[in-house]
Amino acid sequence: MSTAPETEETKETKETEETAGHGDLSVGVKAASGSGEATASATRITPGNALRPEDIALAVRRGTAKPSEDVAEFALRLGDDALILAQRLGHWISRAPELEEDIALGNIALDQLGHARSFLSYAGGLDGRSEDDLAYFRREPEFRSVEIFEIPNGDFAVTIARQFVVSYYQYELYRRLTGSTDATLAGIAAKAVKEVDYHRDHSAQWVLRLALGTDESREKMIHGFKVIWPYVDELFRDDELTARLAGSGAAVEPSSLRADFDRLTGAVLAEAELEVPNVQPAPGGGRKGLHSEHLGYLLAEMQVLAREYPGASW
Amino acid sequence: MPETDSATRTPEQNAWDIAATVCDPEIPVLTVADLGILRNVELLEDNDAGTAPAVRVTITPTYSGCPAMDAIRDDLKTAFQREGYPSVDVELVLSPAWTTDWMSEAGKAKLEQYGIAPPSGHSNAVRHAGPIRLSLAVKCPQCSSLNTKELTRFGSTSCKALYVCQDCKEPFDYFKVL
Repeated sequence: MSTAPETEETKETKETEETAGHGDLSVGVKAASGSGEATASATRITPGNALRPEDIALAVRRGTAKPSEDVAEFALRLGDDALILAQRLGHWISRAPELEEDIALGNIALDQLGHARSFLSYAGGLDGRSEDDLAYFRREPEFRSVEIFEIPNGDFAVTIARQFVVSYYQYELYRRLTGSTDATLAGIAAKAVKEVDYHRDHSAQWVLRLALGTDESREKMIHGFKVIWPYVDELFRDDELTARLAGSGAAVEPSSLRADFDRLTGAVLAEAELEVPNVQPAPGGGRKGLHSEHLGYLLAEMQVLAREYPGASW
Repeated sequence: MPETDSATRTPEQNAWDIAATVCDPEIPVLTVADLGILRNVELLEDNDAGTAPAVRVTITPTYSGCPAMDAIRDDLKTAFQREGYPSVDVELVLSPAWTTDWMSEAGKAKLEQYGIAPPSGHSNAVRHAGPIRLSLAVKCPQCSSLNTKELTRFGSTSCKALYVCQDCKEPFDYFKVL
């Protein structure tokens, strides 16, 4: 953060306190209606007031260069994965089989949203786009998430099957990214890996509970994995970008995560007396912007407010 | 740190004390210092004679999506402005990542008194990649029984899990190890 907006904000605080005398609350109201900073986030109360991932990205890379083009593209991929998953999981709030699950999936969605904000802010650092520009004002082909994140929630067991796969994948990925030569990627990953560890535990517990529960819950768990498994391969596909990033030590090849993923998920599946479904991998083209028909609907819902009321703040 | 009287404290130490008065809005008995999220308080060079120096406070978030960070930032600014520091820059760093190991012993004691079971043990998210871990018993903050059960690992806030005591039957929050 530069010193300029800081001074401005301090001035604003003083003025408001003098005129309105309501302390903090009135500061928020006044600043929100008064100024229209270009990078203002729709989710913050006042410009310069809330702690934004833009600040995180700026702070973490204070004194160093912007992300390289490759790193920005990579951060965009991970940010999109987490963002789309957060949106999907948020849908469960008030719909889960029990209140504790509403809260758990809502919590996991919040963690994912936090990761997405950090990654997208960093990705936007390349060309000055904010996290909101990237989340709300990109079109479907511009998203870089892979298909597993966008497929519909299905029933609870399908959602759990997806959570199980993606949290084990994200855990392996972030664990390795903590050693990235890119300090910001490493910092975000070090933060995220500890949270994803809880997501991993949560989904594994549910896999065991459903698979070893009643006949019906077992059937649903088996069905859930059958729906999800075709999309697993896409998570571990390498391309030119990951090859270059692996070469510079900024990231790792996704394929190099597969052995540990298979071993760890395999152990849980064995304990749940389930087999890895024998299914054909889906083609998948998310990293190139080729998405299933489901992403458009998801984006329409996620983006409608920001597009209808640009610059809205609450 | 050597013991110092209030008279001999440096301006930096005084600034730290101001920052350390700010509490977590979700756990009002804990200060940001107790939680270990207050990392650094720095006084920047004076540019105008007679005014208090600008302050840069560094904090680290507990969870990536923690909404309390916004409130903490506001409270830090207010605390410093009340003490006559007009310019406060709150910087957030992700690295090194926050861990419950940074919570002070005094903070853990205050948590327990408040009715939240403090984190027990150390985070092993990165060190240990084995299969499913055995979780240790969490002590009920009301009756100190170890006969407790996890209701949900994801509780009222990102940092807490919801437990229930099987002896006194009271539900309670547990501050998760991270």
